[in-house]
Amino acid sequence: MYNKKECVAMLLAGGQGSRLYALTKTVAKPAVPYGGKYRIIDFPLSNCVNSGIDTVGVLTQYQPLVLNDYIGNGQAWNLDRIHGGVHILPPYQTASGAQWYEGTANAIYQNLSFIDRYDPEYVVILSGDHIYKMDYSKMLQFHKEKGAECTIAVIDVPIHEASRFGIMFAHEDGSVYDFVEKPKEPKSTLASMGIYIFSYKTLKKYLIENENDKEATKDFGKNIIPALLQNNEKVFAYRFDGYWKDVGTIDSLWDANMELLAVDVDLDLYDTSWRIYSNNDSAAPHVIGKNAKIQSSMVTNGCSIDGTVDFSVISGGVTVEEGALVQYSVLFPGAVVKKGAVVEYAIVGENSVIGENAHVGAAPETIENKDEWGVAVVGHELNVSDGASVKPKAIISESI
Amino acid sequence: MSYNMTNVLGILFANTHDGAVPELAAKRTIASIPFGGRFRMVDFLLSGMSNSGMSKVGIITRSNYQSLLDHIGSARPWDLARTDGGLTLLAPFGRNNDSGLFKGKLDALSSCLSYIRHTGCEYVVLSDCDLVINPDFTHLLDVHIEAGADITAVCHTDTYSEDETRDASCFKVGPSGRVEAVSVNRAMAGKRTMDLNIYVMKTSLLISLVEDLVSLGKFSFSVDVLQGKCAELNIHAYEFSGFYRRICDLESYYHANMALLDPENLSKLILRERPVYTKDRADAPAKYGFDSSVTNSMVANGCVIEGVVENSILFRGVKVEKEAMVKNSILMQDTVVGSGAKVENIVTDKNVVIGDGISVVSAESCPLYIAKDRVVK
Repeated sequence: MYNKKECVAMLLAGGQGSRLYALTKTVAKPAVPYGGKYRIIDFPLSNCVNSGIDTVGVLTQYQPLVLNDYIGNGQAWNLDRIHGGVHILPPYQTASGAQWYEGTANAIYQNLSFIDRYDPEYVVILSGDHIYKMDYSKMLQFHKEKGAECTIAVIDVPIHEASRFGIMFAHEDGSVYDFVEKPKEPKSTLASMGIYIFSYKTLKKYLIENENDKEATKDFGKNIIPALLQNNEKVFAYRFDGYWKDVGTIDSLWDANMELLAVDVDLDLYDTSWRIYSNNDSAAPHVIGKNAKIQSSMVTNGCSIDGTVDFSVISGGVTVEEGALVQYSVLFPGAVVKKGAVVEYAIVGENSVIGENAHVGAAPETIENKDEWGVAVVGHELNVSDGASVKPKAIISESI
Repeated sequence: MSYNMTNVLGILFANTHDGAVPELAAKRTIASIPFGGRFRMVDFLLSGMSNSGMSKVGIITRSNYQSLLDHIGSARPWDLARTDGGLTLLAPFGRNNDSGLFKGKLDALSSCLSYIRHTGCEYVVLSDCDLVINPDFTHLLDVHIEAGADITAVCHTDTYSEDETRDASCFKVGPSGRVEAVSVNRAMAGKRTMDLNIYVMKTSLLISLVEDLVSLGKFSFSVDVLQGKCAELNIHAYEFSGFYRRICDLESYYHANMALLDPENLSKLILRERPVYTKDRADAPAKYGFDSSVTNSMVANGCVIEGVVENSILFRGVKVEKEAMVKNSILMQDTVVGSGAKVENIVTDKNVVIGDGISVVSAESCPLYIAKDRVVK
């Protein structure tokens, strides 16, 4: 027997995140490290727990190994529950055959039986692509007050960025009358955050109809939301005005990390009333050596720093040797920067080693042609040999 | 193949030596004294036992054990939340009008005999919680079995001071490794083989020793077992050669913490294959401000540093504000050093606040302790 749950969350974590290139070659995007000790999925998972949602299905498909291992039994997020808790939901074989998840709507459709077991009134659909702190219970309250069938969280974006998002058109009261996926010439700045609350009966009905439509691409943005609007279902936009960052590209991931180092941070990770949980190893506190210089940076447990670190985010278990320089960079867990090496404006993948006197990335002011400048990326588990160099904007996925 | 460690019971004494560090153990057990930036003393032995494959550990407590209960919780961080066995807290067990407060180790064990029997373990490892150590109990068991000893006692040979031997036993060890004589609590400086108070023996032997000696009104393991029976029993000395520190007063506590600033010591204490586990608090990484300067220090997650820190240990959540100066100090969880304040040769307990511009400086040879929750204005 399963206990009835008012609200169940479904977290879409199967995306490849192909615009992160080498950083998602072996790990799914939600498992990409962020902010020193987190992975992207910590944010939606912690938001769920802090919002009182204790049943979360995590839909995985692409490179799930690291993600599965990381989520484990959910204990780190207090999601190891007798009733509910976190469940990893990969695609599976049935009597009628085997099918990969084909689109976001199809992924949820294939797991309707999981949701049915909890007999919920509402389902929250989340993705593992964004960094933000949000109380979903307030959004659910809004959904109930409006008597909505579907509520979509929206955020105001600058008009020149609006073409990257699904754009909503809403009346004063928040009711949505139109929706355009990635418009070429956007006429509204209300961007969908990819967070939906559905009344479950309605969701189930539309998912089944969508599945039976052979023409459909089986996607929330392309099919389900337009179908709801076409049938005049009550769709509402819920405005969110906190920090929300898409980290789906190298630049945005680097930016989002650098934003944590600002004097007035928009995302307060030290706020104990809304903790972001993560599954950590049991390393000792980090050790700062006699030759170290550290400023404007974040450093995590298990690190050993004896070089110079400036404006950087240093994940757990990283080593920066004496005489090495790391600035404006993000070092993922276990990375090593050897003596005399320079890492600047770069992201270094998990457990990668930057050899002695190697040089990764460059400061923008040193590059004449600005088109040639960009964040340099070293993928996971790689070696950059002694004295080698990785040019700005380069993304390496093989050792050099 | 090594001995099946699930047949080895661990017994930890949480309160033994509380009196050695009256400052830190005034409101907690020695087992729950914070150490090394994020750990508590009990983490070292508990992790060692768990990493060695032991699945049943009992912690004998005597008093002031609320902080220990809070720290241990379900024992999951040490992988000791088990359906069968796992971690068991053995609180004082009163009988009739007796409060249950025991007088010595044997007395304490006598009230836990039903637990010990119930575990069904063939061997038992006893240890105190005053050690910062990461022992491999699998190796200890193998040596014990191979030596054919009745009891194997972990010890370390070194040159000790009077203070270090005042509350300790020392062994005279014969050529075969057998303990031939034992001195107890005699303050004697010099080269000594000091007992680290970690013992392994058959559970059946422990039970019969406890039953026999307690009925005679004998309660001390050191005096009545080690010293009293070293001719009768084959007590084998196991020389421990790894990194360890014993906490016997505030100064040794201070220096044991500072020893971790030497990367070689740290790498011997916390090994990749034998990590030390602790309760986590979900703190964000430490943040270093624009004008911060930090050298030769250990800093835990959740710290925010905007001032100067040298040769210090900062536990999680410590704040060092602008133009503050922290030197040669140990600042426990959530200590705040206000802007322009100066802290030197100080040990602050949890939640201490050093007000803006305040200077708290002690002599280098004598670290000063500031009690929990104190606000220094």
